[in-house]
Amino acid sequence: MNWLSANWPEVVSLTVDHLFLAIPAIIITIVASVPIGRLAYKRPAIGRPILGVATLLYAIPSLPLLIVIPVLFGTPLRSNATMIIALSIYGVALLVRTAEDAFASVDPQVREAAIAIGNSPRSVFWRVDLPLAMPVLISGIRVVTVSTVSLVTIGALVGVSNLGTLLTDGLQRGIVAEVTTGILATVGLTLALDGLLLASGRLLTPWTRPRRTPRTNTNEAV
Amino acid sequence: MIEFESVSKSYPGGAQAVNNFSLVVPSHRTVVLVGSSGSGKTTLLRMVNRMVDPTSGRVLIDGDDVRDRDPVALRRSIGYVLQSGGLLPHRTVLDNIATVPVLNGTPRRQARQAAFGLLERVGMDPALGSRYPSELSGGQQQRVGVARALASDPNILLMDEPFGAVDPIVRRELQDELRRLQTALGKTILFVTHDIDEAFRLGDEVVVLREGGVIAQQGSPQEILSNPADEFVREFIGIDTADRQLTTDEVGGRTVVFDGDGRPVGVMAS
Ligand SMILES: Nc1ncnc2c1ncn2[C@@H]1O[C@H](COP(=O)(O)OP(=O)(O)OP(=O)(O)O)[C@@H](O)[C@H]1O
Ligand SMILES: [Mg+2]
Repeated sequence: MNWLSANWPEVVSLTVDHLFLAIPAIIITIVASVPIGRLAYKRPAIGRPILGVATLLYAIPSLPLLIVIPVLFGTPLRSNATMIIALSIYGVALLVRTAEDAFASVDPQVREAAIAIGNSPRSVFWRVDLPLAMPVLISGIRVVTVSTVSLVTIGALVGVSNLGTLLTDGLQRGIVAEVTTGILATVGLTLALDGLLLASGRLLTPWTRPRRTPRTNTNEAV
Repeated sequence: MIEFESVSKSYPGGAQAVNNFSLVVPSHRTVVLVGSSGSGKTTLLRMVNRMVDPTSGRVLIDGDDVRDRDPVALRRSIGYVLQSGGLLPHRTVLDNIATVPVLNGTPRRQARQAAFGLLERVGMDPALGSRYPSELSGGQQQRVGVARALASDPNILLMDEPFGAVDPIVRRELQDELRRLQTALGKTILFVTHDIDEAFRLGDEVVVLREGGVIAQQGSPQEILSNPADEFVREFIGIDTADRQLTTDEVGGRTVVFDGDGRPVGVMAS
């Protein structure tokens, strides 16, 4: 506790660093996975192979990946950019299959009906497919979030500062309180982001829950 | 006016769904396609809004080939009530009704406002407008489907067994409602059903289809009842069943009508 009270500004600043790595990676993951998932659903011949390759990316060990990315993308070795790209690659590997499932979960009859009354392909995507895929998509995004927030800590090994720095630094200097703080802060951050996702998922899919307001009792219309 | 000019449709790998079918649906009239399951009714209906393109032949609306129309614009200009309701489960009743006007650029507020009026028009309490479709009964959902089809005030309504999934009493109410609406609105309606009684109740003209989208008989309900073309039609309309074989008898100074089993079904109006 003494350690924490003396070092809390440092913990806060590392938490902010942590978020600045995790959140962009999660956003890139979503933006990249949704089109791949949809392609895999709509045009399996093209989309499935892409999806298969994307899923395999998860098998790449993380430290080599952090070295390969600067070579491929020209980003500095110890940079947020390198870290975010790596996290996004793992995120996409995790999310694409769920994204495909999300679109497959949309009732084809509803989609057909939407087309038949005059939705353009674009409005079918934005007004029908995407909102109806949302419940499954959100469940996948929650998994990615938990995974990404904990993967960020690996960055500390290559000198990208985040809450993982508390673990490497604490272990090196034998400060148990620092290590404990690092673990608890990472877990706390994961739970907070997950809670946020759960809440926004509820807001985005109001039709999936029974009403709080009681049903008005109207008998006149059948 | 809708014209089918010798249209045929064969699905890949499947049998012929429609075979050399020609029909004129005059403006402001209700034409009912009636036939058993798989006789090509839905296929014919969907040729009008280009959800299905015929393998050969043409479909014309007011003289113009629908194939020359942009499918999205064409569909927005036609009201379509689907076999299974087809409402968007994630949109409220009002937003469902407002769909096409909003797609056409009407401001959402204004479209919702109009949707209230349409709910009343189809005999529903506007208070139900904020519900989701799953919070409605089957009959209510079908009413909303009709309201949605009317929202952009189309000249043409396509109705695919709109009342097939509701119980007979509600179906009867919905049929009466539609007749009342049609008297007021005078749309050009192409209506599909496999219920011959529904066809006779709603159609100015009835087209009896046999397997493969072939017309067995076409005419007003009176013409078909009084002069069924062949054995298939006789069978389909049940002309030889007790329900249709009516007799009259004088009882206590009134003419009572009996069905084929001798059960009284009504009296002649005096
Ligand atoms: N997309 C499709 N692909 C292949 N065959 C089809 C397709 N749609 C319809 N068919 C076939 O075409 C024939 C006519 O189908 P259609 O849906 O038009 O019949 P229907 O009269 O509407 O039947 P129902 O009363 O059951 O709705 C059927 O034999 C059906 O199996
Ligand atoms: Mg059908």
